Amino acid sequence: MSARLWPVLAVLALWQAATAAALLPPFVLPPPLQVFETLWHERGLIGQHALTTLAETGAGLLIGTALGVTLALATSLAPRLERLIGPLLAGAQALPVFVLAPVLTLWLGYGLGPKVAMVALLVVFPVASGLRDGLATTPEPVLDLARIARASKLRTLIWLRLPHALPQGAAGLRIAVTYAPTGAVIGEWVGASQGLGYLMLMANARMRTDLMFAALLVILALTLALNRLTDRTLARAGL
Amino acid sequence: MTAAISGQVWLGERPLLRALDLHLQPGWTCLLGASGAGKSTLLRLIAGLPVAARLDGTRQAPERIGWMAQGDLLQPRLSVLANLRLMARLRGETLPRARAEELLAAVGLAGRGTDRPETLSGGERQRLALARVLADDTALVALDEPFSALDAPTRAAMQDLAAACLVGKTMLMVTHEPTEALRLGHRVLLLDGAALHEIPPLPGPRPVPLDDPQLAQAAAGLLARMRAA
Repeated sequence: MSARLWPVLAVLALWQAATAAALLPPFVLPPPLQVFETLWHERGLIGQHALTTLAETGAGLLIGTALGVTLALATSLAPRLERLIGPLLAGAQALPVFVLAPVLTLWLGYGLGPKVAMVALLVVFPVASGLRDGLATTPEPVLDLARIARASKLRTLIWLRLPHALPQGAAGLRIAVTYAPTGAVIGEWVGASQGLGYLMLMANARMRTDLMFAALLVILALTLALNRLTDRTLARAGL
Repeated sequence: MTAAISGQVWLGERPLLRALDLHLQPGWTCLLGASGAGKSTLLRLIAGLPVAARLDGTRQAPERIGWMAQGDLLQPRLSVLANLRLMARLRGETLPRARAEELLAAVGLAGRGTDRPETLSGGERQRLALARVLADDTALVALDEPFSALDAPTRAAMQDLAAACLVGKTMLMVTHEPTEALRLGHRVLLLDGAALHEIPPLPGPRPVPLDDPQLAQAAAGLLARMRAA
């Protein structure tokens, strides 16, 4: 067994012991075995809601990454745009995007839209600023090659700046992927009829703490799986 | 004459070069000087690269210039072949496959086209950088201490290879190595006191063999002069 699993098992054992000793009532903290049991019994229900959250996360990630890359490339090619958008990007970094969830719901309704937008907003800033920083920090001696060749901005971008910036863009994407499922869930909290966030709220209202924890576990698993997938894909690309 | 530069070069209020009048002919011109004397600045001025200094005079140089820097400037995310083609890509030109293979073979990297630069040794990397300059096929090549980061045997081998591959072109090379300047230089210049001083070159073909007794003697004399400067 992997050595990394031991701490997890230890926490689960402590958790089980605490609930068995009746330190906390089950509606506050259900025993882990009960959570796993619920996870199994309600797998159809949970799976259906998980699919919704996964779809929102996936769509948001794709849109956010595409937007972030486009923004970074555009600001690199057009310094005037950079002066315009640069401070905005820096400012947006300071804004916790989650506070926009009610506004997005107001604008985009209760469907998938606001959740996808939430995830995309969470993704676009780390990707754009990571890639932008990378594009702006190509070493001067490397840029000398472009000057010697009298290369156009576009050719310099494609052959020198972008390859140099990819690792920083990838680092931005790694950060973004960690937040993405959380973005979808928070979007669902604000207003939804599907998704793991919605399921958590429903379970909470009905005192089904076991179901809430089961949904929580699935969110955790989803986040870990997405991180893993991103890491592997990027590693295969040498990033 | 391939290129020329004349006038004065100023770094703020300080003159880096007074009464500069340099005409470059085919063959190697090696430029020696203490750190901060302005030899790299002069090289960059001729190559048309940005410098902190200001030229108060005229510059005449071809449109196409080759460039070899102290670092190999290989792009880690591009293959050996793509690195060889880099200057052509930047110029919006194409380098035919056959020519690329020929150049790789010329610098001893035949069959390494699909490898990544990280798999090359220090000497191989600099040989690829040389092949990139050859692929660019320019009449004038500017070299800024291209071999200074290499170990002594590799450096000597690179000097031999560069001398053989670049025959017929005009080279201006900045170096801080008197031996290197004397081995390669058809003309050797010492930048000192804001002026260029001609150092008599060694007789015979280039590169001067390392075991040539005149080389060691002339290098020692040149070093003494540089220390006194």
